[in-house]
Amino acid sequence: MLEMRRENLLNAGIALLLLAVPLVAWAIDETYYITVASRVAILALAGVGLNLALGFGGMVSFGHAAFFGLGGYAAGVLSHHAFEGSAFMNWPITIDGSDATLTLWFAALLLSGLVAVIIGAISLRTSGVYFIMITLAFAQMIYYLAISLPTYNGEDGLPLYLRSNLPGLDLSNDLTFFFVCYALLLLAIFLSVRVVGSRFGAALECARQNETRLASIGIAPYPVKLTAFVLSAMMTGLAGALFVELNGFVSPSILSWHLSGEIMIFVILGGVGRFYGPIVGAALFIVLETVIGGYTERWQLFLGVILLGVVLFARGGVIGLLAGKARHD
Amino acid sequence: MTEPLLVLEGLRKSFGALIATDNVSLEVAPASIHALIGPNGAGKSTLIAQIAGSLKPSAGSVHFLGQDVTAHPVPKRAQLGLGRTFQVSSLAMAFSALRNVMLAVQARQQATFRFWRPVRGDRSLIDPAMAQLERVGLAERAHLPVTALSHGERRQLELAVALALEPKVLLLDEPVAGLGGEDSLRMTEVLNGLRQDVAMLLVEHDMDAVFRLADEISVLVYGRVIASGSVEDIRASQEVRDAYLGE
Repeated sequence: MLEMRRENLLNAGIALLLLAVPLVAWAIDETYYITVASRVAILALAGVGLNLALGFGGMVSFGHAAFFGLGGYAAGVLSHHAFEGSAFMNWPITIDGSDATLTLWFAALLLSGLVAVIIGAISLRTSGVYFIMITLAFAQMIYYLAISLPTYNGEDGLPLYLRSNLPGLDLSNDLTFFFVCYALLLLAIFLSVRVVGSRFGAALECARQNETRLASIGIAPYPVKLTAFVLSAMMTGLAGALFVELNGFVSPSILSWHLSGEIMIFVILGGVGRFYGPIVGAALFIVLETVIGGYTERWQLFLGVILLGVVLFARGGVIGLLAGKARHD
Repeated sequence: MTEPLLVLEGLRKSFGALIATDNVSLEVAPASIHALIGPNGAGKSTLIAQIAGSLKPSAGSVHFLGQDVTAHPVPKRAQLGLGRTFQVSSLAMAFSALRNVMLAVQARQQATFRFWRPVRGDRSLIDPAMAQLERVGLAERAHLPVTALSHGERRQLELAVALALEPKVLLLDEPVAGLGGEDSLRMTEVLNGLRQDVAMLLVEHDMDAVFRLADEISVLVYGRVIASGSVEDIRASQEVRDAYLGE
């Protein structure tokens, strides 16, 4: 009980710290750090998505960049067409471009969710190292597909000139944009907490621990895992849409396997199966990139050492180190 | 005579040249305990796996409650009321004992795809789960994680989880194995008290438990049933003594 309280306090501290950074940056007029904080929030959201599959469902997906990238492309391509005044497609139905934020988010959620149904349905027939490899293979297929699309500049990617329109809010204001990302991040964590604590979550966690047990009490593990996989992919897909808006640019790099690895690093650094872990992981990653990356291009060497330390000595990640082992009651 | 609940007919399973189950036919009647005994390697666990559905037989059929379930996967058979315990305890190790049983209650209610309401504090899960834990004598240990339970307690928990499914037939794979004298007696008594509620197919090496519990015994050697009958018949059978009882 004491440890639960400690983790709750820690989580509140993490959430407040992430909120404080851009506010301070805004107060002292260092607006660059507002963007850095937005990056952390968005990447953390991608991690929160992966955590649902990896941390709670035990599905080690090495292909979540596919969903991040598809979410990004869904949003990027639609707003590109809106800017050009052209239609995304004319047959069999006409789909125009859009600069409405909610439409872009919806498109990102829909596309990443649909593709996750297909990838998950096939990948979840395997397990262990085969699951890792098959999710990687699917992500690579989508990566090369994006590279080979001349309409959207292939490897060079598409610049986006305007942020989308969210009624009542001005997203071109960096601080407002941060608040939106931050709100979505907290919403995703809240959803995760509810889902994991629900009956569905109980079955999902049992699937991670012991699939044979789950089947023998009459719950088929496959649909449980597939549902969680799709939810997980949709959260990561939404993060992709935000990422593209933040950068004003969409390119196949957001589909690359490096990014799949990075999202996994956020989860592992923060603590696998810890709700606020991805925020810590993403923040640590960005801080290292910004601070040590300022001195040397080889900042990832330091990331590697830290990751090694976490994997060897602190399996619960930073959250585990500070708040003790995860508890189930 | 009442219809048997579980009927195996000509069940056969081969792994290459090895025949693990050789033309096994047997029945489990309502409110009865049918014990399956045999030396190590006789194919008892292989047979249980085919009944539970985790292993496909090469030939033959499994009928449960009058319907052919030979092609049904494990979860479907469990939903119909075929419960099982494992030879090596197979539980959700990070969960508490209570959570393990609650999950089985939820499975019984067929209400897994509910995403919002927390299971924590859900009386419709907790109360029936606690009742099952009390039934096997584990209520005081309900909130401990499985990792903190002793071997004997895990066996009790396995039984509580299986009972939470309100099964018509229980497959028990060595429920008494590895228990100390007192725990073993206690488990035997618990099982004895259940016989009116649920029929059982009991695989067990502990002959005291078998003779105490069984209404009918089948002896499995090299995958074949070499003898089947009442406790007295089996005790008296020379063939069984030679093959198994080692007297």
